[in-house]
Amino acid sequence: MDFRLTDEQEMLASEVAKLLAATCTGADLRRLLESGEAIDRGRWGQILVMGLPGVMGPEEAGGAGLGAVEMALIATACGYAALPEPLVEHAGVAVPMLAAAGADLEKALFGSRIAVGHPVNPLVADADSAAALLLAVGDDVHLVQRAQVTLTRHDSIDPFRRLFAIDWSPTPGTRIGGAALWAQALDHGALFAAAQLLGLAQRAVDMSVVYTKDRVQFGKPIGSFQAVKHHLANAQVKIEFARPVILAAAASPGSVRVSHAKLAATAAADAATHAAVQVHGAMGFSWEGDLQFLLKRSLALGQAWGTPAFHRARVAGHILSAPLGADRTFDAPASEEGRREAA
Amino acid sequence: MDLRYTPQEQAFRAEVRQWMAAHVPPAPLPDFDSTREGFEAHREWERTLHKGGWGMVTWPTEYGGRGLDLIRWLIFEEEYYRAGAPGRLNQNGIFLLGPTLIEYGTPEQKARFLPAMAAGDQIWAQAWSEPGAGSDLAGVRATATRVKNAGGGDDYILSGHKIWSSRAVHADWAFGLFREPGSERHKGLSLILFPLNAPGVTVKPIQRLDGKPVFAELFLDDVRIPAANRLGDEGQGWAVCMSTAGFERGLMLRSPARFQVAAAKLVELWKERGSDPLLGAEVMQAWMDADAYALSIYATASRLMAGGAIGPETSTNKIFWSELDLGLHKTALSLLGAEAELTAGLPGAAAPVADWLDGYVFSLAGPIYAGANEIQRNIIAERMLGMPR
Ligand SMILES: Cc1cc2nc3c(=O)[nH]c(=O)nc-3n(C[C@H](O)[C@H](O)[C@H](O)COP(=O)(O)OP(=O)(O)OC[C@H]3O[C@@H](n4cnc5c(N)ncnc54)[C@H](O)[C@@H]3O)c2cc1C
Repeated sequence: MDFRLTDEQEMLASEVAKLLAATCTGADLRRLLESGEAIDRGRWGQILVMGLPGVMGPEEAGGAGLGAVEMALIATACGYAALPEPLVEHAGVAVPMLAAAGADLEKALFGSRIAVGHPVNPLVADADSAAALLLAVGDDVHLVQRAQVTLTRHDSIDPFRRLFAIDWSPTPGTRIGGAALWAQALDHGALFAAAQLLGLAQRAVDMSVVYTKDRVQFGKPIGSFQAVKHHLANAQVKIEFARPVILAAAASPGSVRVSHAKLAATAAADAATHAAVQVHGAMGFSWEGDLQFLLKRSLALGQAWGTPAFHRARVAGHILSAPLGADRTFDAPASEEGRREAA
Repeated sequence: MDLRYTPQEQAFRAEVRQWMAAHVPPAPLPDFDSTREGFEAHREWERTLHKGGWGMVTWPTEYGGRGLDLIRWLIFEEEYYRAGAPGRLNQNGIFLLGPTLIEYGTPEQKARFLPAMAAGDQIWAQAWSEPGAGSDLAGVRATATRVKNAGGGDDYILSGHKIWSSRAVHADWAFGLFREPGSERHKGLSLILFPLNAPGVTVKPIQRLDGKPVFAELFLDDVRIPAANRLGDEGQGWAVCMSTAGFERGLMLRSPARFQVAAAKLVELWKERGSDPLLGAEVMQAWMDADAYALSIYATASRLMAGGAIGPETSTNKIFWSELDLGLHKTALSLLGAEAELTAGLPGAAAPVADWLDGYVFSLAGPIYAGANEIQRNIIAERMLGMPR
């Protein structure tokens, strides 16, 4: 039993964070917004150079062969930066789906993006810039080329969420899997949404700490007022107790803990972004500040990949049927193989 | 990261489980606060534990422990709570003073106090708070005046008024915070160990809100104690106390197993009586919070085992377990509905119905003791987040 990240994992997380701190500032986000483009070519290029799309790809296919823990760390860094590009769903959901289905991975690992139309989500994110899509017909998973579908955009309050309704008809030969593949996708989608929520929650607190040190009222930095401190301390408590749940869920993705992780991260992001808006005063409500990007992403991801009601129902199913108790902390299947065996 | 128990850890769990099955008293002991008999019955249980080698598994073997790591301590606690074993009478000794003695004690002090503590022969109380010094602990006024004794050695003369000292009604010893006369605030403080039956000590029980005498006031009237009973250097009492407080809030005082077992019982109660979906959501929250707390403590334990130090997460932990405990018990009372207020349940009710009420009353204090949660929030904001004072 050892609940610590390895040095390699810590290093990976810090390298991704460093890249995004340098290339995904508030000014970068606003520039992309004004350009109307889906993707910042320069930043996406560096993400490819780091090999991030292939983190969970099998080594024999040219991926890094890493697991959900590494991907969760990357997703946390993406959330922290409010990264607009859809790296997380591609690398954390689509690539493992293709790998599990035995589909050709080469293009997906080196830049051709795959969008995921999971039945749990009403719309498909980032379908316009994708090369192909994974779409549902009943329980079946189909891999469909972008040219085979018609897209209708639905605007999200998050200006970087590009959501689409898809019009298409399945053709023979596009089916690559069934319900088990969607189940795996849901676990990954929910887990990495949780990791992004964790990252953006911490960013909202960090941004607020900086702001409340600078902003002076009544002759003092507002951060010296206890009411302001306690808003942020409460949010930090929620963050601290979401993080280990996400890591443990990543270490055993088939377990009900994924739902716990999603719920805990949603609550933490909710608490953190709302506290952040409050301690920023009117600035927190304005278009001018960068906080809006975090608040909007939190609103979207909290409901994507299973709403809180959906995940609570999964937790209820577990606690009403499984044996519970102090000796049960780690008896979920410990690996994806374990999960497959259990299934 | 490897969240699987090693075969050795699993074997250890099996060993604890087997011993508990053979030794845990089949019927609950009378509670340790209300009567001397209850207190002594729990002391007997501490002795039984010690004979089995389970007094405090993390301590070095020469002090009555097993020299085990923190993961094994967590496994031990899980099996302890799973077996429904009695509450630890000596928790202030073994969980708070013990680790502080191991860090700051002289070899003589360790040999003198730790084995007796592990064996249940000395039950300890904490004597820090005063009527004028609660959250602001540096405001303590009780004094320790250094004097020569007849044999040419040094003694302290203790005098002052301590309050809220848990289990001091029947305990044997106390560890108290005293100051050099004339000193102020964090300077001049010393941590001094004294027997509660020493001449000049008057113990006056205090009842909690339901009448149970769970703590006591201590009046110290020129109590003479050898200087060898000072733990840590003279004047360094603040640093010594903060080390105790770190363990208290952050790790040992409330092991996750306690809440996991309570959450599992809450789920059972929900199965029996749950119909309100709002309460269902609260039950799930309690279960998830207990799980999150366990995971967080496993993470901390892993870090400490690899040489890390306990940091400001002690404050986030303190807030989290105390609010989790309170929320869990409030939910239980809501599930019990009109029966919740009955101190013995309805005629023929199973004992657990009344236990929820007792647990609720106790959980009300969690956000207050071991450093009130508002103080923890200040610590998080200032030391963890770096906000201005
Ligand atoms: C069940 C129980 C067992 C206890 N056992 C022991 C024991 O064994 N030994 C021992 O020495 N003591 C013990 N105590 C005492 C405990 O340590 C104190 O109650 C605690 O430190 C708070 O002090 P106080 O009660 O004087 O409250 P106060 O300090 O008067 O606080 C009252 C309220 O004011 C708030 N407050 C105070 N200062 C600030 C501030 N700076 N910022 C924001 N809010 C503030 C507090 O958070 C609290 O909500 C026990 C208490 C309880 C309830």
